[in-house]
Amino acid sequence: MRRGIRGVTATALVAGLALAATACGGGEGDGGGDSGGELSGTVTFWDTSNDAEKATYKKLAEGFQKEHPKVHVKYVNVPFGDANAKFKNAAGGNSGAPDVMRTEVAWTADFANLGYLAPLDGTPALDNTEDYLPQAVGSTRFKGKTYAAPQVIDTLGLFYNKKILKDAGVGVPKSFTELATAAKKIKAKTGATALYLRGDDPYWFLPYLYGEGGDMVDARDKIVEIDDGAGVKAFKTIKSLVDSKAAITDATDGQENQLKALKDGNVAMAIDGPWDIEGARAGKAFKDKKNLGVAPVPGGGSAQGSPQGGWNLSVYAGSANLRASYAFVKYMSSAKIQQQTTEQLSLLPTRKSVYDVPAVKNNEMVEFFKPAVDGAVQRPWIAEGNSLFEPIKVQMNKVLTGAASPEQAAKATGDAYRKLLKDYK
Amino acid sequence: MTFAVRVRRAFGTHWYAWTMVAPVVLVIGVIIGYPLVRGVFLSLTDANEANVERHIGVNHLPATYKFTGLDNYQAVLSDSVFWDRLGWTVLWTVGCVSLTFLTGLALANMLNRTLRGRTFYRLALILPWAVPAFISIFTWRMLYNEKNGILNKLLAGGGIDAVPWLNDPTWAKLSVIACNVWLGVPFMLVALLGGLQSIPGELYEAAEMDGANAWQRFRNITVPGLRAVSSTVILLSAIWTFNMFPVIFLLTRGGPGDATEILVTYAYRLSFIDSPRDFSASAAWGVLILVLLSLVAVVYRRALRKQGEVW
Repeated sequence: MRRGIRGVTATALVAGLALAATACGGGEGDGGGDSGGELSGTVTFWDTSNDAEKATYKKLAEGFQKEHPKVHVKYVNVPFGDANAKFKNAAGGNSGAPDVMRTEVAWTADFANLGYLAPLDGTPALDNTEDYLPQAVGSTRFKGKTYAAPQVIDTLGLFYNKKILKDAGVGVPKSFTELATAAKKIKAKTGATALYLRGDDPYWFLPYLYGEGGDMVDARDKIVEIDDGAGVKAFKTIKSLVDSKAAITDATDGQENQLKALKDGNVAMAIDGPWDIEGARAGKAFKDKKNLGVAPVPGGGSAQGSPQGGWNLSVYAGSANLRASYAFVKYMSSAKIQQQTTEQLSLLPTRKSVYDVPAVKNNEMVEFFKPAVDGAVQRPWIAEGNSLFEPIKVQMNKVLTGAASPEQAAKATGDAYRKLLKDYK
Repeated sequence: MTFAVRVRRAFGTHWYAWTMVAPVVLVIGVIIGYPLVRGVFLSLTDANEANVERHIGVNHLPATYKFTGLDNYQAVLSDSVFWDRLGWTVLWTVGCVSLTFLTGLALANMLNRTLRGRTFYRLALILPWAVPAFISIFTWRMLYNEKNGILNKLLAGGGIDAVPWLNDPTWAKLSVIACNVWLGVPFMLVALLGGLQSIPGELYEAAEMDGANAWQRFRNITVPGLRAVSSTVILLSAIWTFNMFPVIFLLTRGGPGDATEILVTYAYRLSFIDSPRDFSASAAWGVLILVLLSLVAVVYRRALRKQGEVW
């Protein structure tokens, strides 16, 4: 048996070496674009769009080749969950990083802080910047420089099944308290649960936190805010929704389970973003596409708010083909492409001028989400922004399973933040 | 005789052996030695993703981290997180190894006799080993899905309420152990089956002649006969399980909350999820895990040697 194991180890070693060798060889892009004149060479683009969106994005990205026939666009779809780590590994290891990366709004500052992103000020990548929505620009800037061009903007909304709410005889709830009251009627009259609560993803905690007037941290005065009263109330809200059976939740696979529950008509409502519009409409509960309604996220005890999210396009600082990459970012963030994205995927543009196009203006989802985005809450765009979520996730799991009280959870999250943010109070 | 002469003479006599060993030494040095030394070094610094040396294309950012001595170890060991995770990791290891071993032993005994379709059973039981682990784990995760998984659908058919397999701290602990046992049984089965077949049949025959019943034969022939094999597989299995990253990470990511987080998944969290990635603290966790496992291995071997085991 021991010999067997040694044999396996040897095979693994050889395989590992072979892998390392190929990985090293894969790093060099062909950079033909730096010589001036016509753009050429390859632009590798890592896109993070979901299954319902990726075919459209691939087509749009490859459309760049029509404008610049000598440039080859290599489109790679990287699942959202892996993309951050994958980019960091590739960029930090100086091997295999893409030329253009689709960066989530919370990632841009993180990557820029590490020196992985090329500053775009004064490059062709930033085109007609006055046209961008001011709130979309916030996350692209870090320490006085611009590291990305905004691609799409989004926020969370309350997706609801119009038929179920009508059958139950309840209106669209304006607050989580109203939702809890309506839940009994919905259950009694239709058998459906009122809400799917994403207990697996801390991003979905933010509406509850903002609803109590709280925030994760105050980046200007460097204060951790999550463990004040608002944080405790927010944890209490999610716990009471689940305990009273007004909401169902999961600690894993929330994305799939939420979408399925909504599509099958097992829940009347779910808090979700524009990226799931296409997915939701594919379900049997929304055979009549008009049955899917979207309303603002319910409010909490003292306020109402949902986080502003979205995606930016960044250029890798080590790209061997910077000129073509800048041009590609300009193209992907242009009004024309943004309009096509909205027409085909109902995602929200980041350019004011696109909202004036009739096809965009009259898009039902844009009609709803635009005012919601205008009122969405910006997160602190700090380098550590993305790691603020993990402690919330752990604690919201604990609260929902009864392993911690809301007070303990808020305190533990705050303590974790102070470990991450050393100079915060 | 001076050192140089001794080396030269040793080389003269054993040059062939040295040449044969050299590639392995080299490869192990590169693949295991260097990362190990580097890991120990990093654990004594305050290195993180933002201050290590980086080459980004043509730009070169020099390293700016500094030596901090044993600060990281002090921080880890004085933090209750480490001891909480260690407690669960030990429970997880003991639970998994004992269940895997007992199941493997039972199955090996059942298959160590001539019965119809024996090859089929053996193949079927080795199947979990033949499937790449991550595929098995994802399959288990789908089975465990509280709302749409097959397990709960089956239970619902029997009129039993849905079980929160991965959504409740206690259930999640049982679920990850069950999945790991399923994955680990084939290895135990094969190893123990090999051990069983090396026990001479005459011993059993003689015992039967003397009127020993099945339990006595098992207790007095099978168990001692398997000791050499089982002591090795238990140690190996314990080491693997202690560091069984994929099962925990792919099934629960350490959740719900931190209910199933073992030491290695927490080290991963520091090194890959926090931002900037905390290399030094993660390395300190890694070194502590290594030290713990080495200690266990040494104590275990001592204990075996006392029982007359030559290993």
